[in-house]
Amino acid sequence: MRVFVEGVGLLGPGLNGWQASRPLLAGDAAYVELPTVVTASDLLPAAERRRTGLAVKLALAAGCAAFVHAGRDAATTATVFTSSSGDGENLHQICATLASPEREISPTRFHNSVHNAPAGYWSIATRSHEPSTSLCCHDASFAAGLLDAAAQIAVDGKPVALIAYDQPYPEPLHTVRPLSASFGMSLVMAPQATGHAFATLDISFMPGNASATRMPDAGLDAVRARVPAARCLPLLAALARGVAADVVLAYGEDNHLRVAIAPC
Amino acid sequence: MQPLAISHFSIVNSLGAGAGSVASALRARRSGLAACDFETVVLDTWIGQVAGLDGFRVRSDLGAYDCRNNRLAQLGLEADGYAAAVSAAREKYGAGRIGVFMGTSTSGILQTELAYRRRDPQSGALPADYHYAQTQNTFSLADFVQRYLGLTGPAFVVSSACSSSAKVFGHAARMMAAGVCDAAVVGGVDSLCLTTLYGFNSLGLTSHAPCRPYDRERDGISIGEGAGFALLEKTPAQPADGAVLLLGVGESCDAYHMSTPHPEGLGAKLAMQHALDAAGLAPADIDYINLHGTATKANDASEDKAVYELFGAATPVSSTKGSTGHLLGAAGITEAIIAMLAIEQGLLPGGMHTQNLDPALHCNYLLDNRDACVRRVLSNSFGFGGSNCSLVLGVGG
Repeated sequence: MRVFVEGVGLLGPGLNGWQASRPLLAGDAAYVELPTVVTASDLLPAAERRRTGLAVKLALAAGCAAFVHAGRDAATTATVFTSSSGDGENLHQICATLASPEREISPTRFHNSVHNAPAGYWSIATRSHEPSTSLCCHDASFAAGLLDAAAQIAVDGKPVALIAYDQPYPEPLHTVRPLSASFGMSLVMAPQATGHAFATLDISFMPGNASATRMPDAGLDAVRARVPAARCLPLLAALARGVAADVVLAYGEDNHLRVAIAPC
Repeated sequence: MQPLAISHFSIVNSLGAGAGSVASALRARRSGLAACDFETVVLDTWIGQVAGLDGFRVRSDLGAYDCRNNRLAQLGLEADGYAAAVSAAREKYGAGRIGVFMGTSTSGILQTELAYRRRDPQSGALPADYHYAQTQNTFSLADFVQRYLGLTGPAFVVSSACSSSAKVFGHAARMMAAGVCDAAVVGGVDSLCLTTLYGFNSLGLTSHAPCRPYDRERDGISIGEGAGFALLEKTPAQPADGAVLLLGVGESCDAYHMSTPHPEGLGAKLAMQHALDAAGLAPADIDYINLHGTATKANDASEDKAVYELFGAATPVSSTKGSTGHLLGAAGITEAIIAMLAIEQGLLPGGMHTQNLDPALHCNYLLDNRDACVRRVLSNSFGFGGSNCSLVLGVGG
């Protein structure tokens, strides 16, 4: 399945936006891991912004940046959200409250607990009535989201934005599911070449286990390995270098995705 | 879209295990709802609970996956000869060519709620027997189903609240059209937990009585639990007489509010229109609509506007949530299967518990069962975050 990349959004540890991160991902500048700077997206009105957690802010900021890069209207673009963890802080607060004698959880906390909370806030903020889905595939959540977005673009012939994000859990969940950093990314992709398209991705779902492409830089590879949404880094590195490359993404134990990246 | 054959399905909820039990409960107008006695929950509300889950364990080789949600999944896979049908499909297509696309809202969250009561008093650590990936993680359900059925194709979970297990039909159709897989196991499971019971209560959305969709006095939902699965295959050139097909899927967003539907039913109308367009059908071609019909003031008012604008007052509609309760992430598949039973059995199921139809609502809401020839049905599923999905199902030819 071939898609045309028009825009990228990126927020990760020491990765402060796509343009600033390109030299780091391409290996032209040294990577230093720093805490992720999650800027509150001004997409949301102040009242809504106060009610959202970091996971929603992360997803919205990454998505927003990709649309600015793509020069495309978010109101008329379908979205695929994917996350392994969703909003872990919110889950922790709910479970802690439910284990206490007072079981009153707040209505806002409850509606924010749905896995599609970022998709809900996104559609409100962008006034988009286009189809939107919210996926989870544990460690392969990025690969699943990319596959689903590609299938949608191929079958429906319309642009799709993929938004992948993960936010670390607080303790005690962090011990059983350690995610090392906040990470959000987005790709705005179209079925045909447009003025903004700068690369093509040929995405194939392949049976069998295969070694996933790693990042040459040890620090970036550690981020890739420790955050499911950051499994996208080798793909972004190829886009940053602006040269043709093949990337393998693990998809569970039984399958993998092969992504052929080429500038256009 | 290219119609897909729904070659097998299975269903378990508070009405019973298996399509036969569910169909006879609908025919006999027996509701699965009872006053809430779940776990340690103290709330004045009604629930649709599946019997026997506490004493049940998942298959021993998948023991780490043992939790209420996966137990319910296994009951569903064992019902109606579903696992055997998938086994035959596996022989035909190969384990790697069958996708698994599951919907759930809360996955195995009950396991985490219970583990939080057993945290180490000193360190705060979760107990050693807590398995995050196999129970809490949202993917747990598809992972369990895939392993239980011995499948190795593409898999993921769709978690878009109460539209989750309707949307899986769209995902499967696209994956099959794109050639990623040749057949698909779709479905959904949601099980009772404290998060949804106390959460919907905090929003003032749980009824103190069995839920009464379309009633003037309706005051909220009754939460239920259930599992449903369908097997999707490409349609043969000449579908068998009476074979039920997936004809259309329509999806949209309200872009209005996180927990309240658009007051004019804007997103609902878009989803229904997209589903009809995908099926190449007009509103008059639909013989019955299984509403989302949660029995909240806002949902029924908004959905009624949308349905009435598109279909008018002739098309019979009802909500079966008075029978099953609101199965949240499993509502889409459950009601799609009830819609298929309506076709197979020529039965339009009348809504239960509704005493006085709300005069402000205008659709042709059925209060009693009706025997009718049903060829094409539409089923609505709408969720938090304004996520909407409508399905059109029907017999071929």
